[in-house]
Amino acid sequence: MWRYIGRKLFVYLLTFIVAVTINWMIPRFMPGDPVQSMLSRAQVSDPEALEAMTSYYENLFGLNAPLYEQYLNFWAGLLRGDLGISVMRYPEPVTDIILGAVPYTLALLLPAILLSWVVGNRFGAFAARSKILDNTVLPVGYILTATPYMWLALLLAWSLGIVAGIFPASGGYSFSLRPEFSWLFISDLISHWFLPFLSMFLVALGGWAIGMRNMIIYELEADYANYLQALGAPRKLIRRYAFRNAMLPQITGLAVQLGTIIAGSLLTEIVFNYPGLGSLILDSLNNRDFFLLQGVFLFVVVGVLIANFIIDIVYVLIDPRTRVQMTGGSS
Amino acid sequence: MTLRVNDLKVYYQTLRGDVRALDGVTFDLADGEIMGLAGESGCGKTTLGKSMIRLDSRMRHVGGTIELNGKDVPIADDDAMVPLRYREISLIPQYAMSALNPTRKIGRMVNELLRARGVRPADIADELNRRLELVGLDTDVLNRFPIELSGGMKQRVVMVISTLLDPSLLIADEVTSALDVSTQRAVAESMVEFRDRGYVKSMIFVTHDISLVYQMADTIMVMYAGHIVEKAPAATIINEPKHPYTQMLIGALPEVGSTMVQGRLEGIPGTPPGLLNPPTGCRFKDRCPMAFSKCSEQPPLVEIEPGHWAACWKTG
Ligand SMILES: Nc1ncnc2c1ncn2[C@@H]1O[C@H](COP(=O)(O)OP(=O)(O)OP(=O)(O)O)[C@@H](O)[C@H]1O
Ligand code: SF4
Ligand SMILES: [Mg+2]
Repeated sequence: MWRYIGRKLFVYLLTFIVAVTINWMIPRFMPGDPVQSMLSRAQVSDPEALEAMTSYYENLFGLNAPLYEQYLNFWAGLLRGDLGISVMRYPEPVTDIILGAVPYTLALLLPAILLSWVVGNRFGAFAARSKILDNTVLPVGYILTATPYMWLALLLAWSLGIVAGIFPASGGYSFSLRPEFSWLFISDLISHWFLPFLSMFLVALGGWAIGMRNMIIYELEADYANYLQALGAPRKLIRRYAFRNAMLPQITGLAVQLGTIIAGSLLTEIVFNYPGLGSLILDSLNNRDFFLLQGVFLFVVVGVLIANFIIDIVYVLIDPRTRVQMTGGSS
Repeated sequence: MTLRVNDLKVYYQTLRGDVRALDGVTFDLADGEIMGLAGESGCGKTTLGKSMIRLDSRMRHVGGTIELNGKDVPIADDDAMVPLRYREISLIPQYAMSALNPTRKIGRMVNELLRARGVRPADIADELNRRLELVGLDTDVLNRFPIELSGGMKQRVVMVISTLLDPSLLIADEVTSALDVSTQRAVAESMVEFRDRGYVKSMIFVTHDISLVYQMADTIMVMYAGHIVEKAPAATIINEPKHPYTQMLIGALPEVGSTMVQGRLEGIPGTPPGLLNPPTGCRFKDRCPMAFSKCSEQPPLVEIEPGHWAACWKTG
């Protein structure tokens, strides 16, 4: 078990190092002088600030230092949590900006991923055993998964946000409010959160429901289910086994999907102008703020890696087949 | 008489029509009898076994009856069959290697199954352990997952589970096919032992391996394309088969009765007819060297001498 975790950790560490290295290379190996082009695009008006930033970045790149030294410095900074200073929002450190955006992204992502997964699996499992439900869940599920995300999001923003006017379709909270711990602000926060959340939830829901339905039907046809039925075991017991076994691929599915879900959340934030990491990526791209971009990418990579690692471990704990293979307990 | 099957017809429903996998099957099985059931692949052996315990969703009971210990077995009524399953009729499926839930420890699965059938696991735990040891397994297998067992071990575990409630009738479908020769012998011997100890009253032992079944079975029944062609005491089938098909089957054995030779059913020219639209008359007539004009009518299964039935116009 520990050897397995160690091996996994090693692989993840390797991935992390590669990701950081690629990230480090992006601004350095761009054609032209990245600092100049970045600063000119960023339209920093204050000449004093411009000068300060120019020298800061020149220094940071350490263009005269050998490449390996630049690389090591980058790591040293990273380990101290120092990802540089943003151009777009000078002189705020990149790390602070990211930490400010992360809660918004997480507040969207976690409930959308988990709820769609749980609800989707529930619906799928029900559909597998009832004809009526199957005839509704299946088509709805297919429609949801087949709908392009952009289209669904815009439809939601338009219908519930603009026409019905129930939920705001843009922003993280109203401009008139200041972030504070009050009912007014929190309810405003929630109403802004709702539409982007709903769009992500709906898009993921259909896929999980269909996957679960098919897995359960497959499990109910499996040899062990037939054997139990031949021995007169009640349907309840067989369904319980089938549900549990059908969950396993759904958990792997979750791990596989995580990357795409996170990419999806970036899109959501852009559509709904939601102030999370996705909007940050868009803004930093528009402003050629390479250091912010770099920081956000790093953050996303780390997030995906951690999430996958957690799922890997959960999977091992619940599936005896992988568990047995890893502990080598087979005889 | 424990089991009496009369003119049983069970078809598979497919998009192209009914596959007549059991088309009028009649035989008796006495108390304590181990009957070997042989025949080429696809002749309906598994279908016969399944028909006696649970029809799957594609199988349809078209006609005929099954009687066990004087009572009708309502095979078409799934709910009415539940009380009989496991307690009266049990099955070691052809797929025994994958018959156990891969994500449950074996002991836990057995307990859950027993509880679902209204048996307290504690009442039967000693018996379970005793029987596992009888078939040469450590009782520790109960704490393991199926994946941790070898094929032969799984086969034996399923054998013990299937017979735990002492059923009257056990259908053992190809329990030895996936095993090596020495394990085959051990498993076959434990099956006889189970019968001798009264764990099961009678047994239908489905196999391709006539030389193995000859050594353990009391009688042998041979099927061909959904029909019974011959049933007789094991020695009679091997030494004096009457039906041309059985004769060719036995003739195809490399060395009849020798212990180590694995007799596989092959070497008869031609293939059995499809069961979607089977030919009328004797189903063997296309391959039968003795076929004559009368064979376009179906030969009835008749008792040509006490305990020896055959369905052929030449033997009748
Ligand atoms: N689900 C099914 N749908 C349609 N036809 C089927 C189905 N299962 C079996 N059959 C047909 O029924 C016939 C009998 O099948 P069965 O499984 O009983 O053969 P068997 O004698 O057990 O063969 P084997 O020795 O290969 O196990 C075959 O011709 C097969 O094609
Ligand atoms: S009935 Fe005719 S065709 Fe059939 S086995 Fe006998 S001789 Fe051959
Ligand atoms: Mg079979």
